[in-house]
Amino acid sequence: MKKITVISGKGGTGKTFLTASFASISKNKVIVDCDVDAANLYILLHPDIKKEEVFMGGYEVSINQDKCIKCGKCLTICRFDAVKTVKNKNNLIDKILIDKFSCEGCGACLYGCPVDAIEIKEMENGKWFISDTKYGPFIFAKLNVTSENSGKLVSKIKEEGCKIGEEIKADYVIMDGPPGIGCPVIASLSGVDIAIVVTEPTLSGISDMERVIGVAEFFKVETKVVINKYDINIENTKRIEEICKKREIDVIGYIPFSEKVFESVVQTIPYVEFSNDSITEEIKNIWEKIAKQ
Amino acid sequence: MIITIASGKGGTGKTLVATSLSLSLGENSQFLDCDVEEPDGYIFLKPEIKKSEIVYLPKPKVDISKCKFCGLCSKICHYNAISVIKPKNKVLFFYELCHSCGACVLVCPENAIYEEKEEKGTVEIGTAKGIFSFIQGKLKIAQASPTPVIKAVKKHIRKDKINIIDASPGVSCPVVEAVKDTDFCILVTEPTPFGLNDLKLAIEMTKKMGIPSGVIINRSDIGDNKVEEYAKKEGIPILLNIPFKREIAISYSKGVPLVNIFPEYINKFREVYKKIEKILINKK
Repeated sequence: MKKITVISGKGGTGKTFLTASFASISKNKVIVDCDVDAANLYILLHPDIKKEEVFMGGYEVSINQDKCIKCGKCLTICRFDAVKTVKNKNNLIDKILIDKFSCEGCGACLYGCPVDAIEIKEMENGKWFISDTKYGPFIFAKLNVTSENSGKLVSKIKEEGCKIGEEIKADYVIMDGPPGIGCPVIASLSGVDIAIVVTEPTLSGISDMERVIGVAEFFKVETKVVINKYDINIENTKRIEEICKKREIDVIGYIPFSEKVFESVVQTIPYVEFSNDSITEEIKNIWEKIAKQ
Repeated sequence: MIITIASGKGGTGKTLVATSLSLSLGENSQFLDCDVEEPDGYIFLKPEIKKSEIVYLPKPKVDISKCKFCGLCSKICHYNAISVIKPKNKVLFFYELCHSCGACVLVCPENAIYEEKEEKGTVEIGTAKGIFSFIQGKLKIAQASPTPVIKAVKKHIRKDKINIIDASPGVSCPVVEAVKDTDFCILVTEPTPFGLNDLKLAIEMTKKMGIPSGVIINRSDIGDNKVEEYAKKEGIPILLNIPFKREIAISYSKGVPLVNIFPEYINKFREVYKKIEKILINKK
């Protein structure tokens, strides 16, 4: 079973558009949306949800005001500036509060409080779903807005996707990754066989591609590059080719810019089912190269 | 004044808006790139970097001669970043999961855990033509957590300037860190089902955080009008529409700011700023 993750560094280069088409073309696979922060793949795959699970990923910390003696010990311990004080007119601490947008739920403050005034409880941080689509099993998640721990949720659904893949003896696990290079990207790259980097011939696209390739190299994941909207700037497309050549990375596809791609998204149809044209041909070629790998 | 540019969905034009807004406001504005995973503002503003600061965080280590392998550190770590293997007398740290909170140091009954500093990224400070100053954060490759670097960038916010913060895509911790304590949030989106889905999340985020927001619709003439309808329904003002033009896409690809190619946008962005000021005054 081959595990493939589609990443990009820069957002909006066409990860989901391409992943949905791979889902449509390929046979015998499991599909996972590892972008749990702003999941979009479900919009194109129209899943029928079979199972819904709660993700307990974080902690909510609060101070029991009846017990708190306002000693300020927690203030000195917290490394996330999450302990806030309300002072009275004599500049003395009137009240100590936890700022939930700064708190990372580590619980360190608990171990310094002399009167056990700090309370902590596990918190629901999102949901994840196992679904059926006409393309095969599809696992995706929704992290609660403003939540922490997206890497943990990505690891969870990736693991689940691979488990289902083993059960049904799938040939591929196809994963749509998140933008960026931080924890959810690292989580969606760890242990996969191939990373497909979708980039665009813009200076931003190139800068971001180089950083995300650096992450894939660090974790020793084989990388292939697809250039989307390659005809927007041919000079930059050549520059991408040069960079890839130097890093010994294959460029396995060139997709031209087309407003029809937007139309296919508006109609929520994977592109290869939307239009039988040269773009569809090219996506099929790209998938063949990945599948043969 | 602090204005953060966020979006939910990536690639909708945050940096396009942030750089052009900053340039339109001129010497009164400073640009802070808080998309520390993939900072791109420098491509458009071409800064001269004058100073660089390294962001360090403590990294826990164990003094194995003191450790009794009780496993308490592993038990209390909320990030599953420590594993104590008693039969083998081994302690493993998974640093890509560690948040450097220091809880393990606090609980160890043998004082066997100590900390060393580790580089997480850098903050670069410089000048750029047309604006007051330029600051950007860069997460070190293969480091998992961007938030400490974002915090370090935000230390450079100046009260006497208009601070334009470029955030990363999404609606979780790095975006919360960038948006936190700002006066206003501009949400950049596109009129597609992806754009709408992620705008809904972004509006939920700003409402939850109590930060007033407005929408800029990029490539406003392609796709459908559901984004506009949704923003109206939610009572979020649409600050600007940027219709699609191939020249915009091409100049963007070369790292040329929108306002340099289409100078009429200078006034449009100044109008956006005026609208924001008005919204904030009315709120007070």
